[in-house]
Amino acid sequence: MKQDLRELYKYRELLLTIAYRDIKVRYKQSVMGFLWAVLMPVLIVMSGVTVRYAFALAAHAPLRTADIASIAVKSLPWAFLVSSIRFGCASLTGNRDLVTKVYFPKEIFPVAAVLASLFDFCVASTALVILLLALHTGYSAYLFWAPALMLMIVLLATGIGMVVSAASLFFRDVKFVVEVVLTFGIFFTPVFYDVRMLGAKGKWLLLNPAAPLLEGFSACIVRHQPPQLPWLGYAVGLSLMALALGYTFFKHLEPAFAESI
Amino acid sequence: MSDVALRMEHVYKRFRKGETFNSLRDLIPALTGRMFRQQELSETDKREFWALQDISFEVKRGEAFGIIGPNGAGKSTMLKVLSRVMKPTRGSLHVNGRVSALIELGAGFHQDLTGRENTYLYGSILGMTKREIAVKFDEIVEFSGLTEFIDTPVKHYSSGMNARLGFAVGAHVNPDVLLVDEVLSVGDTLFQRRCMDHMRKIIQNGATVLFVSHNLKTVADFCSHALLLDHGHVVTVGSTPKVITHYMTHLRQDRAANQSRPVVISKVTVRDAAGPCHRFRSGHKAWIDVEVSAREPCSKLAVVLYFRDENHYVLFSTTTERLGYGTISLNSGDILRCTFEIELNLGHGVFYPAVNLYRHDIEQAEDVWEAAETIYVWAQEDVSGPVNFFPKVIRQEVCRGRLREADDCTAHGHRGQDRSTATTSGPLRLN
Repeated sequence: MKQDLRELYKYRELLLTIAYRDIKVRYKQSVMGFLWAVLMPVLIVMSGVTVRYAFALAAHAPLRTADIASIAVKSLPWAFLVSSIRFGCASLTGNRDLVTKVYFPKEIFPVAAVLASLFDFCVASTALVILLLALHTGYSAYLFWAPALMLMIVLLATGIGMVVSAASLFFRDVKFVVEVVLTFGIFFTPVFYDVRMLGAKGKWLLLNPAAPLLEGFSACIVRHQPPQLPWLGYAVGLSLMALALGYTFFKHLEPAFAESI
Repeated sequence: MSDVALRMEHVYKRFRKGETFNSLRDLIPALTGRMFRQQELSETDKREFWALQDISFEVKRGEAFGIIGPNGAGKSTMLKVLSRVMKPTRGSLHVNGRVSALIELGAGFHQDLTGRENTYLYGSILGMTKREIAVKFDEIVEFSGLTEFIDTPVKHYSSGMNARLGFAVGAHVNPDVLLVDEVLSVGDTLFQRRCMDHMRKIIQNGATVLFVSHNLKTVADFCSHALLLDHGHVVTVGSTPKVITHYMTHLRQDRAANQSRPVVISKVTVRDAAGPCHRFRSGHKAWIDVEVSAREPCSKLAVVLYFRDENHYVLFSTTTERLGYGTISLNSGDILRCTFEIELNLGHGVFYPAVNLYRHDIEQAEDVWEAAETIYVWAQEDVSGPVNFFPKVIRQEVCRGRLREADDCTAHGHRGQDRSTATTSGPLRLN
């Protein structure tokens, strides 16, 4: 494991080059690269607002700007998670030539997919800041929680990305399963709604490691509160475990990549 | 120890043949089915295939080493094990230093990126740092000859341009051990020549180079030592001429005697004055013995001898009939023996003598033996091409500053009528 990490460090420049390639290609293909990064979060926010508007109508309660801000704040990390898992899933099978012909640590591919998605996230974040300013969300010292929460999302995405990239190399239909899970995952994750809206049963939802992290974002950016620490601890533990297990799983299967792809 | 660049010890590589499950849709029913029928497991285990078996060899630092063998010998697997893309099933591989492979160039290119971007991408894939690439960038581009297209997306490149840029990047990596596939055959003749010169320079600069190729000529040109691989086994290791000779005898096309034919070519032997031989010096004599057995009576036969080069072009052909021996009729049980004496005015390379039996009565070949033998010809003169004209320079002179009155100059030559020889063959300076 230690040796694997040292090897990965040795190839760090290649990791950045491949991430840079992914970003460049993505932005070159679409005429408006900026829109590419913003489109998915915008769609998520718009559908979230629609859903919340329906909730508000049914409950005869007004839709508050804080709710919209909360949806926007949670949509971005969610979009990042979905995009890095989706690109990660295709990262090995899409680079067939490089997997079979050249030696380097292959976890570079899923990690580069995460980095490229992180770039999209940063672009979209600038748009989010403008939105939050327009909504007069304000700020507090709790904002400093946000980078730590994002780091956990990144670790979680990397761990899952490694597992699905390796699995889809061996089983071609894994990508369909992943796609379905990602599409419907948003309903089991508090993006459009808050956990407390589900009352006591909301706890079950927090078992999803993304849930406490997204709730944390909403708490520290919109509600100006600290995240719920016990649940956050659980999510951090799970994210670290996802990374460790994902990496071990990936390295275990890596020697068989070239002959199985 | 430190003078060994690379050592393989008892390397085995196993592949599973037949169906493997590459989708969950197939795997899940198979797994549940397997729980009830235990024997299926052992059945799939049997379908394995050893691509490499007990391979051991070492390559010294600064040596050019060739790995040759026919198709399916395990060369590609060997290359993948050497480049560490595949892990051997058993055995070990030790490498001192950085290995880089020059295989199927352009594999790392992304079609939407420009030549410049791809140079950086491919360079770092091959293990160069950004700074190294930046330092060598101009050299790489100049070598590829794509200076004016370097900012064009690679998708607009021709396949030759792709390969040239690929080679140019790959050739500038400067690894401790360089693995070379069949990549020297890209681009036009001029580029190929440049590649060859570059490879020679790399070897002279002390890099360890491994050629994995079925192109004997490349291996013979560059490598001092070689390994012959067949069916996953090492057949022989040693000095290149020795290994090539072995290859010739070992892999001679063994032709199953076709019982249904009335007459067959039963034996073809190539020899020199001393006896059977596969390695000839250009310009020397060779004798080819052909034996024909007749099972049934057959009339108006002639033995045809022809030579093919590595690209399977027929370079030369003749027959006993055309050489003035007429046609021959054989009775059942007869054996015909004939010997051709030829002068091998061939260039440096590998050639395949072939023999067929032509029946003039029905005007078709009765029996054909393609690549009946393989011979390796080496030339003392530094010449290239399939033939050897045994050239000598008999005159070279420089007429300084006399371009305008070139007539005066050539008038002194032996061949006054051929004005161009004197003005183009020597290095002409215009100052």
